[in-house]
Amino acid sequence: MLVTGVSRYLGSRLAGVLAAEPSIDRVIGVDTVPPRREQAAQLGRTEFVRADIRNPLIAKVIAQAEVDTVVHLNVIATPLSAGGRTAMKEINVIGTMQLLAACQKAPSMRKLVVKSTTAVYGSSPRDPALFTEDVEPRAVPRSGYAKDAVEVEGYVRGFGRRRPDVTLSLLRFTNFIGPVIETPLTRYLSLPLVPTVLGFDPRIQLCHEDDGIEVLRRAVHEEHPGIFNVGGSGVLLLSQALRRLGRPSLPIISPAVTVVARALRNARLVDFSPEQMRFLEHGRVVDVRRLEQAFGWAPRPTAQAFDAFVETSRALPVEATVSATEQVLLDLLASRHPVDITGAGATGKDAAHV
Amino acid sequence: MSEAGPDAVMGKLLPLDPGRAGAVPPAEPALPIDEPSGWDAKLAGGLAFLRRRITGDYAVDDFGFDADLTQNVLLPPLRPLYEKWFRVETRGLDNVPDTGAALLVANHSGTVPMDALMTSLALLDHHPAHRHLRLLGADLVFTLPVIAPLARKSGTTLACQADAERLLNSGELVGVFPEGFKGIGKPYSERYKLQRFGRGGFVSAALRAGQPIIPCSIVGAEEIYPMLANAKALARLLGLPYLPVTPTFPLLGPLGAVPLPSKWIIEFGEPIETASLGGAAGADDPMLVFNLTDQVRETIQSTLYTLLMQRRSVFF
Repeated sequence: MLVTGVSRYLGSRLAGVLAAEPSIDRVIGVDTVPPRREQAAQLGRTEFVRADIRNPLIAKVIAQAEVDTVVHLNVIATPLSAGGRTAMKEINVIGTMQLLAACQKAPSMRKLVVKSTTAVYGSSPRDPALFTEDVEPRAVPRSGYAKDAVEVEGYVRGFGRRRPDVTLSLLRFTNFIGPVIETPLTRYLSLPLVPTVLGFDPRIQLCHEDDGIEVLRRAVHEEHPGIFNVGGSGVLLLSQALRRLGRPSLPIISPAVTVVARALRNARLVDFSPEQMRFLEHGRVVDVRRLEQAFGWAPRPTAQAFDAFVETSRALPVEATVSATEQVLLDLLASRHPVDITGAGATGKDAAHV
Repeated sequence: MSEAGPDAVMGKLLPLDPGRAGAVPPAEPALPIDEPSGWDAKLAGGLAFLRRRITGDYAVDDFGFDADLTQNVLLPPLRPLYEKWFRVETRGLDNVPDTGAALLVANHSGTVPMDALMTSLALLDHHPAHRHLRLLGADLVFTLPVIAPLARKSGTTLACQADAERLLNSGELVGVFPEGFKGIGKPYSERYKLQRFGRGGFVSAALRAGQPIIPCSIVGAEEIYPMLANAKALARLLGLPYLPVTPTFPLLGPLGAVPLPSKWIIEFGEPIETASLGGAAGADDPMLVFNLTDQVRETIQSTLYTLLMQRRSVFF
């Protein structure tokens, strides 16, 4: 069992979960940088190998340990953490090529699980409301992370053709959310004043971090060949998400968005690339029914996954204040006409819903 | 105020609303027309609505349809237009099923898609089951700022096979205007002459889903903004499919946005069943699709002529 990208959040958690299972012989974690302390603590009995998956050393690791399962999580979305866009592209694309080359040579290989992203569908106004796994995107991503992911998927498909005996699961994840995980989206949503694109309100779909781990774990243990969209069912509108968070938004006219995005990146606040800015205009929602049917299990719905994030990072106690204000006004009404008020009024069930 | 936890507040709120709370889930609030009248009730309802909006406590479906907003904010301003200005008369509402999917196919006209809004309102207010019409809109709608999110929130989605089928399969009432811009942006001299019905995409969607097609004929929309000429060069410059010149626009400036008060009739025709036509196999038979497209088109065209004969004048 080999897991790449273990020095980052998902990788270290997955390696830890797998290492805790007695049925798995050895768990080898690979990354270009050593894990930080909090990540290292999660790894358990995982054997960490500091290997650049960009060079052929990885092949030796795979061959010597007779690895039968590879979980490839090392496709990076944030150029800042990787040390620039060039390094990120190298790790993503060249790294995947090297890893797949090593896997192809290894006779012990039985299963390959690859983490990809729904960003491969792009984001455009001409897209269907929900992407299914086999839809042809109208706007193929031309830059950044999404383009890397498209290329990675291309190589993975090539590998699948050359090694039909290996079970290949390609998981396309929606944006992750949760109390702990840090992604460009969570950092964006944590800005004190959240810039949005004026006149647009994208639909967003989220995957809880725990569900991300769970689906990877299931893909490792069970046989699920194919491509799967992974995310919670249902959507939130960006405006709605911000209201639930109690964060004010700052609408910016579309031409100025790139400038603001660059400023945020330079300030090291949010690492948003241009194609992610498109996402802020048109959003992206995928159909997750194939996953639900094949795995017999579903990630928690988007709204519920978002609630977990809201609990840890709510800005203002908006809900309490608003409900209290409403109550005051209702009392005022009731005191004026005590009879008329029955049968109408605030929907308490609604309030209990958030 | 914020010191009181949300639970405490909720505890106080709950006993106040024995009527609505239990009966109405947040996703489908009672229709405004069903609400008890009286200012206090309205105020309380308005307050509850405001709270839901401020705290983001409402549901949107996968397509971005926000029923709460549509019922309480987007459609109410159109009611006076529907009742008093156009005096819309509906016929054959019983041809629209109370539950389950159907594809409503209508003629498109009027420079501005007012016909789509009025048909939605007719079905929501006057159909016994108060159905939401889920419209299929052109690409352009979803590229425009402000318009794009409003369209999604009001239940419109992109006119493509995938979305049409998905809506039909989930039991929605779907509305489509196959003429598209050719219909809505045609000159006044060609009023009530149906344009080409696209490529029959709507028919194959209905065939695949095995759901009935309801032809819908709308009379009156042609006269609201009579398009005398089309400023094509300017339209191309602005990236629009057409730019109308009407008797009042651009001559009277913003006043040109006031539609002429034509008398409207919306007739929902007999459903055309597609369940027995072979499903996906039928959708792959171009001849069947063409014939069915023609049948729908002819039905709407002849109904339009009949309705025009019955109409006393454009405005009464």
